[in-house]
Amino acid sequence: MTLDPRGPRFAAVVTSVVLIAVLVTGSGWLALAQTLVFAMGAASARYAPYGVAYRRFIAPRLEPPAEREAAEPVRFAQGVGFVFLAVATVGYLAGATVVGIVATALALVAAFLNAAFGFCLGCELYLLGRRIAQTSRRTS
Amino acid sequence: MHPSLTGLLVAGAAVGAATVLGLLWRARDGRVRPASGTAPHVLAGLGVEPGGPVTLLQFSSLYCAPCRVARAVCADVAASVRGVRHVEVDADRHLDAARELHVRRTPTVLVVDAAGNVVGRAVGAPSRDAVLAAVTDAGRLPR
Repeated sequence: MTLDPRGPRFAAVVTSVVLIAVLVTGSGWLALAQTLVFAMGAASARYAPYGVAYRRFIAPRLEPPAEREAAEPVRFAQGVGFVFLAVATVGYLAGATVVGIVATALALVAAFLNAAFGFCLGCELYLLGRRIAQTSRRTS
Repeated sequence: MHPSLTGLLVAGAAVGAATVLGLLWRARDGRVRPASGTAPHVLAGLGVEPGGPVTLLQFSSLYCAPCRVARAVCADVAASVRGVRHVEVDADRHLDAARELHVRRTPTVLVVDAAGNVVGRAVGAPSRDAVLAAVTDAGRLPR
């Protein structure tokens, strides 16, 4: 599956806003909601909630994309976001607020880099991970 | 301190840190920087023989969107400037070569001169002008 690259960019903007809201409100339940959004995005690019919103409400008003990009790195990045927000959710809901704040802040750095600069840290990790996996396969 | 005030400050710090990182990344991304060094065996293994024309050696990987941008730019320069050719290799299939040539991210474009020296390096998709300037510097080209 390939994606209109503006979709993940839009999703990163929404994610950044939600993560700022999590930090400001300190709400573990909002963190949980974003965790589920990340989980759906990691499971399938087709059902990523912000991606669905992009395709339904925004893409029809725009020109078709000049290029499309592969979905795999984006899904992987959503998976990384899921891990951070799962930790944050447990932290907030269990009363370990510092854990919640730190994990959410790290996710916000990555989401904001993508939203504002189009640089997807999680996607870079995906490429790096593939290379490391391949190296270890070869040497083992 | 009230949790929400802490959260607000942390959110501001995170956005600030991301902005600094993003600006640094943008300043470096795609810039063709001078490089030095050579690895004749490694280059020969990738089909870049000394004595040939100036080569734009591009390391790419599957699923890498900026690699396609870099490919278009390098192919365009190779097609429009005599004595320049574009060789693209999959970094994942040439891990040892990538390591020898210090390629850590894709796309990385190496500018290899006729003597087989790596004289320029761009990490991220470079602009057409940057590549043109680099191959001109790499020498002996009809301007």
